[in-house]
This record gives sequence, structure tokens and C-alpha cells, in this order.
Amino acid sequence: MLEAFPIQPLIGGILIGISAALLLAFNGRIAGISGILYNLLFNPLSSSESGWRIAFLLGLLGGGYLMLPAAFELRNGYSPILLVVSGLAVGIGTRIGNGCTSGHGVCGIGSMAGRSIAATVTFVATGIITVTVLRSFMA
Amino acid sequence: MQRLIIALISGLIFGAGLVISEMVNPVKVQNFLDPFGNWDASLAFVMGGAVAVTLFTTHFIMKRKTPLFSDRFYMAVKTSIDRRLILGASLFGIGWGLSGYCPGPGIINAMINPSEAMVFLPALIIGGWIGQRYSA
Repeated sequence: MLEAFPIQPLIGGILIGISAALLLAFNGRIAGISGILYNLLFNPLSSSESGWRIAFLLGLLGGGYLMLPAAFELRNGYSPILLVVSGLAVGIGTRIGNGCTSGHGVCGIGSMAGRSIAATVTFVATGIITVTVLRSFMA
Repeated sequence: MQRLIIALISGLIFGAGLVISEMVNPVKVQNFLDPFGNWDASLAFVMGGAVAVTLFTTHFIMKRKTPLFSDRFYMAVKTSIDRRLILGASLFGIGWGLSGYCPGPGIINAMINPSEAMVFLPALIIGGWIGQRYSA
């Protein structure tokens, strides 16, 4: 399967890396989206810390908005049950595992943290198993 | 104030990167997670590009005693690979595969595919809340 070199994924990935580097170099913070979201919502005691988290999430939406419209066909009629189970599993999993694709996959591996490498290998593996099983049922 | 501006700029670049890379397309993400079927390997370049930058920059950033605008680096304190980590990461991967959304792309899809995001995002937040109680 020969395709054009995936320049957009590479550019997007480099931007994500630059974003994480900026936040670490200037603010000393990890650009982990699940952690930023949950600490904002569930740890209001650290209200002095809420400001930058709100700013980051607003930026995230704004940066996404500037690049819209997304150049892909929207998925239609996907099972709401799958979406609910997915959201619950991602929520519980990223909370007890202390991170998601950004915190572990980008920032953690970038700092060569063994925990993040283990987490990333694990969630990619269970993700592959899940899609393989899911599609064998849907086929 | 300067920290808020950095956080905003960092978020802007992150959000732009997620859309440009097409990480926000859940079908493409599921195709990336489907090496035995309809594999689309291109998203490997997203994490590859991001990690190439963070591996290089983190090394130099951490040579400083403190960040430029803050009193210290807020790094993860845990170092051990324990059952909670593996259980959590396993669950996250299952959820990621079921929809093709991880948290960042899920949030941005409030603007792209709101009919899916309005189901996924509340479940994500409830899941995070359940996980938080389990953590306490």
C-alpha cells in the first residue's frame, strides 16, 4: 500500500511536541490533557491552579477551531452505547492510570519515564485488540 | 499573567496540531489501531513527531533548575510500574479503540462532530470522576 508521505501527521505531531515543550520550559507543567481536565473539574481546592488549566483548554479549542473545517467525512450513526462505554473506559482508565495519549505518550516518553513507556505500550496494545475484536463483530 | 498566556499559546498549538494531524478523526484513529485489517500507519508519525521534539527539548529544559516563569517543575512523582498503571492504561486503550477518541480529540470534536461529542464527553467526565473516587 503505497501512499504519499504523511506530512500532515508529522507536522501536527511536531506542533504537539512544541506545545508540550513550551508548557514545560516556561510553566514547568506537563501538557497532559486528561490531567488538566480532571484537576480543573475535581480538584477545585487548587483554585490558584485553575487559571492556566482553563487557558490551556480554551487554547486547545481555539487552535482546533482555527484549523477547521476538518478535511474528513464525519462519522454518522455510530452506536451511542459504544460512545458511552468508550467515554467511561477512557475516563476511568486515564484517571487511575494517571495519563492519556498526551501525558504518557508525548510528555512522559519525552522524559524517558518508564511508567509512561509501559502505559503507552499497554494502551496501544489494548486499543489494537479492541478495534480488531470490534471490527470482527461489525463485519 | 505570563503563565496564563503561555498556557493559552500552548493549548492553541496543541489544538492546531491535533486537527492538522487528523488525530481528531476517530475513523482514522481506529484504522491506526487496526494493523490486522484496514491499517493506516500514518498516525504513527503524530506520536513520532511529537516524541522527537519532546525527547530533544526535555533533555535541555531539565538542565535548568526552574522553569522560566515558575518556581519548579511539576513532574510526575511516581516511578514504579504498578498494577493501577497497567489496569488504567488497559482500560484507556479499550475505550480509545471503542470510539477512536482520546481526551484531547474528544474535546475538540465538540466543534467537529457535536452529536458524538455530546455523548462521549459526559461519559468521559463521569468516568474520570469514578476513577478519582477509586483513586482516593
